[in-house]
Amino acid sequence: MKMSGAQILCESLAKEGVEVIFGFPGGAVLPIYDALPQYPQLRHILVRHEQGAAHAADGYARATGKVGVCMATSGPGATNLVTGIANACLDSSSMVAITGQVARPFIGKDAFQEVDITGITLPITKHNYLILDAGLMAKTVKEAFCLAQTGRPGPVLIDIPRDVQMEQVEFHYPRQLDLPGYKPTLEGHPAQIKKAAKLINEAQHPVILAGRGIIISGAYAELKQLAETAQIPVVTTLLGVSCFPESHALSFGMVGMHGMAYANLALYNTDLIIAIGMRFDDRVTSKISEFAPHAHIIHIDIDPAEIGKNVRVDVPIVGDVKRVLKALNKLIASTEHTDWLRQVEDWRKEHPSIEIRDSTSLLPQYVVSKIHEVTKGEAIIVTGVGQNQMWAAQHYCYDKPNTLISSGGLGTMGFGLPAAMGVKVGRPDSPVWLIDGDGSFQMTIQELATIVQDNIAVKMAILNNGYLGMVRQWQEMFYEKRYVATPLSCPDFVKIAEGYYLPGLRVKRKEEVVPAIKQAMEHDGPFLIDFMVEPEENVYPMVPPGATLVEIIEAPKKVEKAISDSAKLPVSNI
Amino acid sequence: MATTKHTLVALVEDKPGVLNQMASLFRRRGFNIESIAVGHCELPHLSRMTIVVGGATTMVEQVRKQLDKLVDVVKVSDITGDKLVARELALIKVKTTSATRSEITQIVDIFRANIIDVGSDSVTVEVTGDENKVDSLLDLLSGFGIKEMSRTGRIAMTRGGAGRISVKKKPSETKPKK
Repeated sequence: MKMSGAQILCESLAKEGVEVIFGFPGGAVLPIYDALPQYPQLRHILVRHEQGAAHAADGYARATGKVGVCMATSGPGATNLVTGIANACLDSSSMVAITGQVARPFIGKDAFQEVDITGITLPITKHNYLILDAGLMAKTVKEAFCLAQTGRPGPVLIDIPRDVQMEQVEFHYPRQLDLPGYKPTLEGHPAQIKKAAKLINEAQHPVILAGRGIIISGAYAELKQLAETAQIPVVTTLLGVSCFPESHALSFGMVGMHGMAYANLALYNTDLIIAIGMRFDDRVTSKISEFAPHAHIIHIDIDPAEIGKNVRVDVPIVGDVKRVLKALNKLIASTEHTDWLRQVEDWRKEHPSIEIRDSTSLLPQYVVSKIHEVTKGEAIIVTGVGQNQMWAAQHYCYDKPNTLISSGGLGTMGFGLPAAMGVKVGRPDSPVWLIDGDGSFQMTIQELATIVQDNIAVKMAILNNGYLGMVRQWQEMFYEKRYVATPLSCPDFVKIAEGYYLPGLRVKRKEEVVPAIKQAMEHDGPFLIDFMVEPEENVYPMVPPGATLVEIIEAPKKVEKAISDSAKLPVSNI
Repeated sequence: MATTKHTLVALVEDKPGVLNQMASLFRRRGFNIESIAVGHCELPHLSRMTIVVGGATTMVEQVRKQLDKLVDVVKVSDITGDKLVARELALIKVKTTSATRSEITQIVDIFRANIIDVGSDSVTVEVTGDENKVDSLLDLLSGFGIKEMSRTGRIAMTRGGAGRISVKKKPSETKPKK
């Protein structure tokens, strides 16, 4: 039977198990929108800006492990997706973005709403397609979904000219794929695994540095087994937060620029880093030439190009993290690293990085810790980018797998609200809290209308300090407090909520925090709380840009104290 | 770190946009490419590409890995250390006068190059060989005045037997994760 290109697209999406599409219609995708009602299994959520569609699809993908789908029209619709696609690319989020394109005879003519979106997204997609023949539609969709979710996941864009959407062809969904240039390595090389096991079994001061690869591959149990068997402290990257229960005795929190001082100290003084599913981002390593000077490095990742890209690696293992760890765990001897663990534990006591200082004013850290307390750690936390993100990562204790969703690599302000929307759609039974800043929140604030229209029960906590806080912090620390373009006049967020037909509350005092969070949780539907927090609170600890990981600025009571000298212990002294 | 010239050979899908993908990758990752030559090969729907890149071995390894990640790149190898045959072709248009023409002809003969076009005040020389040979000929001819010159860049293959860069075309075994 002949079907239109648009119908074939919908059939194929349904065959791939797609449940929801975040999109925004327009002239060049109208044939697809016209076919959508024939496929009630494909729920469409109308966003208010295409960037929101991309972030929502990204959030959905991260929360569910499925492919997030977003759709936009040609030209401005497509370019509005770009930030969201780049964000998904840097954080390895599985996404398929569908864009309309002008009809084939108009391509290359600067037609109305024409833009070369495959050209534009070339460096920010895992792969992209311009479909010039409806006969290739089914094959392309199947390939796109395979590419998006296998190997190192990433976004794939499919650009479909309007007349291809209307072209009538026979529909066959291919059974097999033909991608001769695409063969992700899943099994780690046995000889390399053996070498790694030997290093682990011989190490005196090992550290596991775990990233989002653990979450993507679902290797929670394997990671725990490795850590517990060999008694190795576990630190994580920002995107690795929640891959290992943070209340576990072997968990030493997040590393990096705003990581825990004790985690950074462990990473600096270790003799063996077991890096799993992470890519040595500069926010993790800080000064690369002085990164982990005494350590051998085992690097396990599915992407061979990440190995040796930023740091020298002694034992590279390319493969799916879960499979590699399964094989590796068989060779790991049960060990105690009593002295080493005591040392790291001492660092934790000496540098209690997430202790909240005593203050009568409303501190953002206090708000986050209370959200943790009231939600009993059951919520999935989604963040904006900036100080709010760091406080959310530091002061909520993540014990359940995959419960922090945040924009890491690209650091996209405005990610929070639409991503939280996608997370809640994908995980309707979990409470979802957005912890956002007043700056970030205003970048995609229009999605409030989407969550109201589709009754997506996201609870929103705005840490409102009237500044672009992280930038202000840098200006305070590195530009002698010249606050250029960072003071922020904000609208009345409670009235904004009201305008969108949402309940909202403003909280100014500490004692109002818990009741407000409780009220938000009891309300059946989306709820906004505007927390008026201490305006010039800083995120600590902090490793200044360009410094080594242990040149840490810690500030209880805003006293800057570098701990670098005492921290650079020779390994033999530990 | 020592920088040397590396020869990479890639088999790529013969699709529109593949060269663009590769060029874009080189640009955005700051890889400095000396030459790139591409054309059809013995396998249908595939092209063979020879890329010469100068740089430290670790950087060239990054180039190789990043190229390998492109879905349309079927296979890519650094064949620098292998025994290989490498050639390039150059067309050189040299200024001539009646006085210099015979000398130029002699040089061309010595290099086993060919004169493929003769004009009133120029000859066009075709030369094939490795870069050294082309460089040497160019050097000798430059004294007469070079009006135009075009080089193809290196194409290369490993010597003997089956090449490292060959592929049996078969459906990919990758299956989407459940």
